[in-house]
Amino acid sequence: MAFLLFKLALFLILLATGGFIVYIIKQQKTVYTWSYRILLAGFVCHTLFLAHEYYSLGAAPVLSLKSALSFFSWTIIGAYLIFQLRFKLMVLGSFVAPLAAFLMIISSTIPGMEVVVKPMYRSIWLTIHVVTIFMGNGMLAVTFVAAIMYLIQEHQIKRKRLGSIYSRLPSLETLDSINYYALMYGFPLLTVGMITGSIYAQYALGSYWRWDPKEVWSLITWLFYATLLHERVAVGWRGRKAAIMSIVCFLVLLFTFIGVSLWLSDYHSFKTIEGRTGI
Amino acid sequence: MIKIVNLGMNHETAPVELRECLAREPGNTSTALASMRKLQSINEGLFISTCNRVEALYTSEAPEEARRSVIALLSDLGDMPEHAFSSNLYTFEDAEAIRHIFRVASSLDSLVVGEPQILGQIKEAYYQATKEKTAGVVLNRLMHKTFHVAKRVRTETGIADAAVSISYAAVELAKKIFYDLEGKLVLLIGAGEMAELAARHLMAHGVTSIRVANRTFSRAVQVAESFNGSAVSFDEIGAQLLEADIVVTSTASTEYVINHELVKGCLRKRRNRPLFFIDIAVPRDVEPRVNDLGNVYVYDIDDLKGVVEINVAQRRQEAVKAERIVQEEVIKFEKWIKTLEVVPTIVSIREKAEAIRQAEIKRSLSSLGQLDPSQRKAIETLTLSLAEKIINDPIVVLKRKADRPTRDTYLDIARRLFNLDQENGAEE
Repeated sequence: MAFLLFKLALFLILLATGGFIVYIIKQQKTVYTWSYRILLAGFVCHTLFLAHEYYSLGAAPVLSLKSALSFFSWTIIGAYLIFQLRFKLMVLGSFVAPLAAFLMIISSTIPGMEVVVKPMYRSIWLTIHVVTIFMGNGMLAVTFVAAIMYLIQEHQIKRKRLGSIYSRLPSLETLDSINYYALMYGFPLLTVGMITGSIYAQYALGSYWRWDPKEVWSLITWLFYATLLHERVAVGWRGRKAAIMSIVCFLVLLFTFIGVSLWLSDYHSFKTIEGRTGI
Repeated sequence: MIKIVNLGMNHETAPVELRECLAREPGNTSTALASMRKLQSINEGLFISTCNRVEALYTSEAPEEARRSVIALLSDLGDMPEHAFSSNLYTFEDAEAIRHIFRVASSLDSLVVGEPQILGQIKEAYYQATKEKTAGVVLNRLMHKTFHVAKRVRTETGIADAAVSISYAAVELAKKIFYDLEGKLVLLIGAGEMAELAARHLMAHGVTSIRVANRTFSRAVQVAESFNGSAVSFDEIGAQLLEADIVVTSTASTEYVINHELVKGCLRKRRNRPLFFIDIAVPRDVEPRVNDLGNVYVYDIDDLKGVVEINVAQRRQEAVKAERIVQEEVIKFEKWIKTLEVVPTIVSIREKAEAIRQAEIKRSLSSLGQLDPSQRKAIETLTLSLAEKIINDPIVVLKRKADRPTRDTYLDIARRLFNLDQENGAEE
């Protein structure tokens, strides 16, 4: 049942992604409308799948890289849907959906293994930690996508080559606002996620901070985003500089999320890959 | 057999002096419609008069006579002899006429393909025709279809998407930078005609505050007044750049009015808000290097011309798509027109059936004696459904043949079988 829901979600998200790509080329509104509906249906399936996982595990469904990626993809689509309500930008889906679909595909190719749920995973602090961190990641993924779109559009306008991409992308101001708002929501979530994480560490492992590589890299990521936010709010960075910085920040975040967990982490790694315990 | 005819002249067939003569007075349309209504040869009529075209769209059963009358009407209207303009006229009939009006309303026949005004003008012409009661079944349907086609062309093709004038291209660019122009501040430096046009376009898209700087201050005041803006002195430009969002330059200055240092100096104080320079002066007023600064965009007259050229080419491509839509709709409309031809026969069959039914009921009722209302009702229903079922199949066949070449044969046979043309025919 759960497996079926996941497959269905994957299928719908891929279908919607295809639709969004057709939309950006053909510019037919009905294609967009259907892609959006399909994506919404996929999101609902995915939500049901995650709810089921949470219910049956009794812990947030992020205990393996497979489920972590799937959860990440869910938060990205969630963040996109929120921004869609606010900005009504049809073209945004054409950039967000492929990213979400990409993570889903990787997630689906990793073989699923039985996860042993230790009693210490069934903590409310862990759930809060995971949910806020991932929602923050979803929002920050949107800043990344908006930044890429901004750079493409800015390049077109600066170079005065107004091709078909130019007419399909929204205005610079819109893209910059999306980038800004996603950062404004994403950063607090990231912060809360890290604080609750350390509270959970105190509760489960006996200390708030253990200088684990994952912790250190999370702090580095946080500092990167803090810098970006500071420059934006206090100094007045915007546009191109802010866009480049959000891309750099997100790459650091991705490294922390996947790279550190796979290669560096001590206790914070994915069990199914490294055979260790912990998340 | 009703013909739809379109007779007139446009910017391609007639020089402006000629079109002027015909479109001189604003009341022309209603005069023309009034005289068309009086003409016996014309069933329904519509008169379009814009600066690029003058044409009459009418339906007639005597097209030759109608044509002569309409030309006479045009000659009266323009107060000139027929031979002065007869060579400039075009005439379209039936499918061609339908296509022509579809193309005109979709702005495919316009001087600037894709310009949006023409549809409004056609709607106005139709409104006049309904007011003067010169539009009937055919034109009503044709005009509604026309508006439908124009809408399809607008939404399904990019024919009106891209700007094809320099000042409009500048507005489009501004919207791609700022999204919403409302609340943006425009600074005009120098006050040429082009700059004023650009400013007017910007205002039409939401800009509310305009400031004008000019070497001669009195001129600045004068221009500012016409925009409800304020005048600033030429030396204040540096300070004004801190607040402005869009700067339109058009001075006759031979050196740069806006240079790299000036703009660079104000960026941080502006907190990097985007700044858009539209430089329509030749020689240029804004140093090209300014474009290299972050969040600053400079478009000079050549850049804008380049944008317009691309857009014109794009419109031409979209026009091909639009022509296909028009063709599709012409075929649909023709189908409907042809069904009109079978309507009188169908009506006659129905009338005949009804007449027989009434006569037979009358005869039978007298021999049936006293009947209560429910029995009477039953007889009504019985005869009605009998008659309807008998004529139903022939009518369906006729409708199906309405747009086939064999239509006339079928009509002829139907009229004979039902004996519709000789009232006291072969019954005995």
